[in-house]
Amino acid sequence: MKIHEYQGKEILREFGVPTPRGVACFSVEEAVAAAQKLGGKVWVVKAQIHAGGRGKGGGVKVAKSLDEVRQFASQILGMHLITHQTGPEGQVVRRLLIEEGASIAKEFYLGMVVDRGSQRVALLASSEGGMEVEEVAKHSPEKIRTVRINPATGLTNEEAVEVARSIGIPDAANAEAVKVMQGLYNAFVKKDAMLAEINPLVLTADNHVIALDAKFNFDSNALYRLPEIVALRDLDEEDPAEIEASKFDLSYIQLDGNIGCLVNGAGLAMATMDIIKLYGGSPANFLDVGGGANKEKVTEAFKLMLKNPHLRAILVNIFGGIMKCDVIAEGVVAAAREVHLNVPLVVRLEGTNVELGKKILADSGLPIISGNDMADAAQKVVAAAKG
Amino acid sequence: MSILINKDTKVITQGMTGKVGQFHTFHCKQYANGANCFVAGVNPKKAGEQFEGVPVFASVRDAKQATGATVSVIYVPPSGAAAAIDEAVEADLDLVICITEGIPVHDMIQTRYKMQGKKTILIGPNCPGLITPDEIKIGIMPGHIHKKGRIGVVSRSGTLTYEAVGQLSALGYGQSSCVGIGGDPINGLKHIDVMKLFNDDSETDAVIMVGEIGGSDEEECARWIKSNMKKPVVGFIAGVTAPEGKRMGHAGAIISGGQGGANEKLAVMEESGIHITRNPAEMGRLMQKILKG
Repeated sequence: MKIHEYQGKEILREFGVPTPRGVACFSVEEAVAAAQKLGGKVWVVKAQIHAGGRGKGGGVKVAKSLDEVRQFASQILGMHLITHQTGPEGQVVRRLLIEEGASIAKEFYLGMVVDRGSQRVALLASSEGGMEVEEVAKHSPEKIRTVRINPATGLTNEEAVEVARSIGIPDAANAEAVKVMQGLYNAFVKKDAMLAEINPLVLTADNHVIALDAKFNFDSNALYRLPEIVALRDLDEEDPAEIEASKFDLSYIQLDGNIGCLVNGAGLAMATMDIIKLYGGSPANFLDVGGGANKEKVTEAFKLMLKNPHLRAILVNIFGGIMKCDVIAEGVVAAAREVHLNVPLVVRLEGTNVELGKKILADSGLPIISGNDMADAAQKVVAAAKG
Repeated sequence: MSILINKDTKVITQGMTGKVGQFHTFHCKQYANGANCFVAGVNPKKAGEQFEGVPVFASVRDAKQATGATVSVIYVPPSGAAAAIDEAVEADLDLVICITEGIPVHDMIQTRYKMQGKKTILIGPNCPGLITPDEIKIGIMPGHIHKKGRIGVVSRSGTLTYEAVGQLSALGYGQSSCVGIGGDPINGLKHIDVMKLFNDDSETDAVIMVGEIGGSDEEECARWIKSNMKKPVVGFIAGVTAPEGKRMGHAGAIISGGQGGANEKLAVMEESGIHITRNPAEMGRLMQKILKG
């Protein structure tokens, strides 16, 4: 689960990481009032959307007067901000962060990820702040310093001091940098983060270290114990279809093709998308109904797929193990009747009670196309989508 | 021979008395020698009771002491599952299979750290379990699609494993053992570990390796195969069509920062001498083709 920059900065401050003073705003008037209240002569007007690359897309502006704050806030609020992470339609800006300006002497990168190889949290630090870390990793990997943190000790003083030195933070600011790194680690662990980035981390002219940006992504499996994080969720930033799916415990991701797929199991669901592509079709979605699919879940899954205006055909691919094929077949028939299915439906069933399941589909009187195996079903659905 | 488990394995079920645990314990007991294999359950509040004739103990240690069991399977809900693994590790079991899906990643980081230097092997979490056909099934896979034979199967996914097994069985090729290693980013045995076991197993002739997007475990396994594997391997990777930055169901199945993509994995696997297919319906037939020469 992602949150906004201003929310991430609140978490950082809670863990002792300094940030510029700032106020989240939802209107131009609020933005001007916030700038007035913050005082000073320079403010930064920052679009708050979950996607990265906001600056390049025109979502971050430096204002040198209250008039400029008003002007930039009016420009940015409501704009469709397009970045490399938003897709071509962009994301509508509904929130702003108004911050005091900072005197930047140098920019650094600080990030934290769950490292699968070492099975630890890894700290990534670099002298190349403000750039995307993937780019730095590609072109000058020697500039990224990585520490795989021992979960028993946390990030030690010695490790943090060494990292700060190695990326070029001056000794006068070393103690503050250590505090920032340890604060970020503590926040990362306490709040069950999967990814955190401070980019840039800034060294000011008077040798202070502050977080100029904050990005967090939290482990959705841990949200049950993080009510304070769940409260930060912004549904405007999420795909409505994916929100709807999560209500029914369905795992759904919309794609840009026209063949809907309804599958049990994440691996088989991905493989089903792949085989559709292999036979010349294009999947409209990833949809895993999970192990305990019943009539209600299957019906909701059909409704979700049918909301997609590009949909031309549906492939149901079920390998019934614990889940019996006859139960699934009944669910498919009931769902197809309830939603008044208007696109061709190909069903491939395998596993427990498969013959009974096929009979239920055949006896339903519905125009369901039966697939004998995965390849046959995929070829039939691709043909149906073209027809 | 088979890998990790056989008809003489004695199993403790942690979380046996819950709805999921009851259901799968019932089916595991029905399969092959299961009635003699599933010897104990654990629930501190129900110690002394029985389920389907299986005695319930207060702790893994008690269960091990009373029955001599060396393996446990875990169906405990996500919030308590990492602690259940810890308990099995502290009781010095040989093998723990964690079926539970949805364990917080930071819990698993702590658990894996505590496992360092211990003898216990972990499979999972978020996995279907493992099976040695006609001997023992530990987990949630449908037993009847399997057939005893000489092909090993290792996979990160559940139903896609069944797909591979179903194709093999339909062509008359049985399996020595099938291992689901799970779809989480922080887990126990990886492809490479299971591949080594199959390589050393005298009753395994060839292996199907099923991977998916995310991480670099498949690449690591492929590099090992290139210089060490004595048996043919057929490989498939799910997620060629998956977009970057989207988690495809499994917590571990995500392409990020340009890493973990299916095409990159397939390229390394092919370069390592693995017989790859991009068609998930062809895993069985490709194996047949290779074995028939």
